[in-house]
This record gives sequence, structure tokens and C-alpha cells, in this order.
Amino acid sequence: MSLATAAGRLAIVEGGPPPAASGPPDDPILIVDHLTMRFGGLTAVNDLSFKVGRGDITALIGPNGAGKTTVFNCITGFYKPSEGMIRLCQAGGETYLLERLPGHDVNRIARVARTFQNIRLFPRMTVLENLLVAMHKPLMQASGFSLAGILGLAGYRNAQAAAIEKARAWLDRIDLTARADDDAGDLPYGDQRRLEIARAMCTDPVLLCLDEPAAGLNPKESSELNRLLRQIRDEHGTTVLLIEHDMSVVMQISDRIVVLDYGLKIADGTPDAIRTDTRVIAAYLGVDDSEVEAVEAEVGLTGTQA
Amino acid sequence: MAGTATMARTGAGGEAAAIVKDALLHALVTLGLSIPIVSYRTDAGQGTGLVLTSRWGEVAILCAAVFGLRLAQQLFLAGRSRHRAKADPSAPAAVSRASALIAPFTLGIALTLPALAALATGGLSESRYWIDLGILILTYVMLGWGLNIVVGLAGLLDLGYVAFYAVGAYSYALLSTVFGLSFWICLPLAGLFAAAFGVLLGFPVLRLRGDYLAIVTLAFGEIIRLVLINWVDFSGGAAGLSSIPRASFFGIPFTAGEGGFAATFGLDFNPMHRVVFLYYLILALALITNLVTLRMRRLPLGRAWEALREDEIACRSLGINTTMTKLTAFALGAMFAGFAGSFFAVRQGFVSPESFNFLESAIILAIVVLGGMGSQIGVAIAAIAMVGGPELLRNLGFLKAVFGEHFDPNEYRLLLFGLAMVAMMVFRPRGLIAEREPSVRLGAAR
Repeated sequence: MSLATAAGRLAIVEGGPPPAASGPPDDPILIVDHLTMRFGGLTAVNDLSFKVGRGDITALIGPNGAGKTTVFNCITGFYKPSEGMIRLCQAGGETYLLERLPGHDVNRIARVARTFQNIRLFPRMTVLENLLVAMHKPLMQASGFSLAGILGLAGYRNAQAAAIEKARAWLDRIDLTARADDDAGDLPYGDQRRLEIARAMCTDPVLLCLDEPAAGLNPKESSELNRLLRQIRDEHGTTVLLIEHDMSVVMQISDRIVVLDYGLKIADGTPDAIRTDTRVIAAYLGVDDSEVEAVEAEVGLTGTQA
Repeated sequence: MAGTATMARTGAGGEAAAIVKDALLHALVTLGLSIPIVSYRTDAGQGTGLVLTSRWGEVAILCAAVFGLRLAQQLFLAGRSRHRAKADPSAPAAVSRASALIAPFTLGIALTLPALAALATGGLSESRYWIDLGILILTYVMLGWGLNIVVGLAGLLDLGYVAFYAVGAYSYALLSTVFGLSFWICLPLAGLFAAAFGVLLGFPVLRLRGDYLAIVTLAFGEIIRLVLINWVDFSGGAAGLSSIPRASFFGIPFTAGEGGFAATFGLDFNPMHRVVFLYYLILALALITNLVTLRMRRLPLGRAWEALREDEIACRSLGINTTMTKLTAFALGAMFAGFAGSFFAVRQGFVSPESFNFLESAIILAIVVLGGMGSQIGVAIAAIAMVGGPELLRNLGFLKAVFGEHFDPNEYRLLLFGLAMVAMMVFRPRGLIAEREPSVRLGAAR
């Protein structure tokens, strides 16, 4: 298995043909290439390369502090990576270098949406308003950058009605229509998580990045989340990249899993392959003291870290 | 059963005793404090020495007042907590219903104030004081509404708002005296200048947040004032600019002779015509500010401001250009301050840097915070209280009967401001009107 992964990694570097079982996706939407992120002396992400297939659900997993959220922040424009390239290829053929776009353009132009590990809704705005804020770009154009809107022209009213319809469709899907006019901060935790996903989806993304969407959810809510994510992928054609610790979510819905440890990619493949990967097991469960050096050498940790 | 009843009674009795004891303790502390401060007054005697006048009566009044007030407060709080225990879900609805009634009522009063004042005082000339007070209050209402865009909606703490007010005032003063432009041309220009200054300040500083932004805006306010004082060739320095042309009725001057306002409309000449016109001018300007703000709240840009106040990082992840959004809020707020400033100049006929010190910024900010961040009617009420309150104090003659001939209520203005602020923070920490009205409802859209 480890051999196959190593071959896969080589293939990414050279851009060669993918090996059968766990090779890189044929039609990648996101290509992360030699991504390195340093904070002073700390290397949070070290020479990471992976691809996210179009229309796949890809999971990014790893122990705490492995650098998953840092990778997310680089992809979504919150950090500027120290080295490397992040390419987003839209279906129409446009390619964007995400690390070069200003923060807000990652969503506005490249259409990458994200959610946050600790929920970031607009707590003192209503649920409906939260969704409307996400439709800022089309509404802003319809309101003539507020000039036509101030005068109350019909064009903007129609656009707003359409936006509300879209918001209502999402509220129906996440089962929050009844609470549309309540403050988002008053919702229960699970509802807030779903609302944040719906809000991200209201920006019409091609790639949706979810940072621990199942954190703090009970098993029933987790399975609902699984259904919602599949729906997003199947009905909207949106590719999903998620960070998750809840293996019941990861193993059930992922088409592909990338495993990080200490900022390095230690495995990349299908859920079945990852489940049995010795290095993944070692990273999560640890190894005997006698094997530490051997494992570290294999992972490539010695010398660069610790 | 009987046991519980007794217990309840002893509980209530114990509570009452505790309240009285607490009030007595407060009165005692007052006594202790007032012995060195109040009980003796030193007056200059006939010779060179000082004469001690004892004022034990006042001390007794003070102690009694503190006792009574503390008693009333504790009883009120106890009653309220008992009331709360019963749980009253209808309370917020009642508040919002009351505020829905306040708005048209206040607007009605504002629209008819000159007539009301003239009727109440028995003549237009006699009502001058009230109309002038109305103009003053409305100026602060407008400034409060303008700053509300920046602080209340966009959540940017701006301590130098008065700078834009100054830019507007000096724009009109200079444009009209140097180039002879009329007020109606200068008004939009003053707004544009102020907005331009807003953008100028905004570009470098809007990456700052919270306290840091507050400090920089505070400094900006001071810079504008100091430039106005020191650049004598440009602004006339500390002496200011005088003989600024007065407002005309869309070109018809308010003069006594031929071609004046009174002659044109076949009225008897009265200097009050101009004052009433100014009153309606500032009322119209304030209402425009309000209308634009209310409209903006329902537009994507206004929603983005509020979202920015709630969470800037989330805004960025949703593709909102936070810098541009902040800049628009800053520029729009500055523009309304510019309008208000040029109105100030045309009303006074005289501007000097003195009128634009930090205290003005602080008062405007206090109006916004007291009113409830983002609430339009709250800001209006707070402006009436903050600006009209001291005027009310001036007229409370009966206080002299209580505290003696030499008592000047105006000296206690800031003390009362402080008390009002403390009371606000205790009872309504989020401002007078803390309830936020959603900009859109799913129910209404159906």
C-alpha cells in the first residue's frame, strides 16, 4: 500500500499517468502543488501536494496540529503560502492561482466557499439575512452598486425576490424555514452548522471547503450532514473538500482521503486503502518505542522536524 | 401549608428590613462624605479672613434624598425581579410596539414644532427660543444618524467624526466667501468634500480594528482642528471665518425691503421667517439622512455593513470586499456630517475651530451609543435627551428654591451626564432601543 501511495505522490510531482487504485484524480478541480507554510521557525505545512477531483468529496484528515486548517486557510486566501502553488480549474476552463488572489476574490471570482471550525455566522442578523449576505455579488450588481437600489427601481426588487426564493429553497433543505426570521445566534449548535453550510452554498461555489462540519454533532445529526453533503455534490455539482475527525462521516462519504501528519502528506487514497495504511494507523494510534525511528525515517520526519 | 405562608411572610419581612438597612447605610455614608464637603462653607468675610457658614440643613436634605432614592431603587429592583420571576414573554413585543408608536409621534411633533411653539408662547417672535432649540437638537439628530452608519451599522468606532462636520462647515464658509457660491451649490459640494476626506482617512486606517481605529480617528479629528487653527491664511486661524452669507429661500433673501422673502409672499417682515426656514431645512436634511440609512439597510451594501460589524472574517469568506465596504460606510457617514456642517455654517454665519473640538465628537458618539447602536429612533430620542436635557436644566427654577439662590443647575450638567450614562449601562447596556428590526422577513416576502 505504502508503495502505491509513494508512486501516487511521484505521479503528482511529475504529472504522469495515475496508478489504478489510489492514483490522483483524472480531472482535478484543485491542484495543490508543493505547498509550504511557515510561521517564523515553525513549518506548519511542508511541501504538500495533492489533487481534488471534480465532483468528488475529498477528506483531509490527520491528528490535531497536523496543519489541516492551515492548508484550508491557504486555499481560501486567508494565508499567503510561503511556497507553492494552488491552482483552481473551473469547468469552463478558467484557471486561477488562488495564492495570488486577494482574500475576498477567492470566493467572488474563483468561487471557492468555506465554513469555519468555530462557527462564524452573523449572530445578530436573522437566518434569512445571513443567506442574503452570501448573495452579495449578484444583489450588488442588481442594485446598481446601491444607486438604483436607493431609488427603489424594480430591477433590484426582482433580484431580491429571486434571492429570497433561493434562500428559502436552502432553508427548506436544511429544515430551518420556520426559524428564518430569528437571529442566527439563537439557533441550536447543529442548526448553526447547517446554516453555515447553506450560507456558503448560497455563493454558488464550485468548490466547498468545510472545516470540521460534524464537530459537536450527535450521530443523528451527523448522518443528516452526510445526506446534505451528498446532495450538495450530486444536485449542485459542487466539489467538496472537508476536514473531519469524525471517521463515521469521513469513511462513509469520502471518495478520496488525504492524510496529513506534522504538515506532511503521509497517505492519499480511497477510504478502504487509508483504513489499512500502516503509516496512518501509526500517526493516529502511535507505534512501539522500538519502531519510532524506523517509522519516522519512513515518513521523512527525521531531520526536518522535531 | 400554614408553614409555607409564614415562611413567605417572614421572607418578605426580612427582605423589607434588609432594604431599609441598606438605605440607612447609604445615608450614613452620605453623611460621612458630606461632613467634610458640604457641611461648612467658607465665605469671604468683611475683613481679610474667611467666615464659616454651617449648612447642616443641606446635609440633612442630602442624606434624606440618598435614603429615599436608595429605598425607591431597591424596592423597584425587588419588584422587578419578582415580576421577572413570573416570566413575561410579551415584554419585548410591548417595547417594539411602543417604539413603533414613538416614531410617527416624534415626526409629527418635529413637523409642527414652529406652529406649536408659536401657539404655546403666543407669537412667532416669542417662540424663537424653542425653534432655535429645535434646530440645535435636529443638528445633533442628523449627526447622530450619520455617525450611526459608521458606528451602529458598520461597527467602526470613529472618535473623530466632528472632523467631517468641520470640513463641511469650512467648505461652505470658504466657497461662499471666496467664490461667492450660493448655499444650494455649496451644500452638495460640502458633502462631497467631507466624503472625500472620509475616503482619504479611510484608505490607510481601515485595516485597523476596534481600539486602534478609534485612536487613529481621534487623532484625525485633532489634526483637522489644529490645521484649521494654524493655517491662518487658509482658514483664518483661531479667529475663524465670519460674515458668511446667510441662507436664502431658494434665491430669495430674508430681508425687509423690496424683493425680500416677506415682500415676495405678501407677508409682514419678521426675522423669524429665516429661523423657521432654517428649522425646516435641517429637518429635511435629517429626514433625508434617515431615509437613506433606512434604505441602505435593506440593500446588499447595508447588509454587508452589518455583516462586517458581526464578523469580518466570515464576510471575507463570502466574497465581500471588506475594505471597499468599510470605505463606503465611512464616506457616506462623512458626507452627512458635511451636509450638517454646511448647515451649521449657514445658520451661525461664523465658524471657528472652537466649535469642532473632541467634546463634540464625544457627544455625538454618546448619542449613538445611548440610543442603541443601529436604532434610528433610539438615536433621535438620545439626541433630544442629550441636547435638550441641559436646556431643560437651565429652566428648572424650582431647584433654586430647594438648593438656595446661588444654585446654578448648569454647573451640574456633566455630573448629570455621568449619572445618565451609569444608569444606562446598568439598566439598558445595549442602548435605549436595543431591539434590531430585521431588514427583510421571510413572512413579509411571501
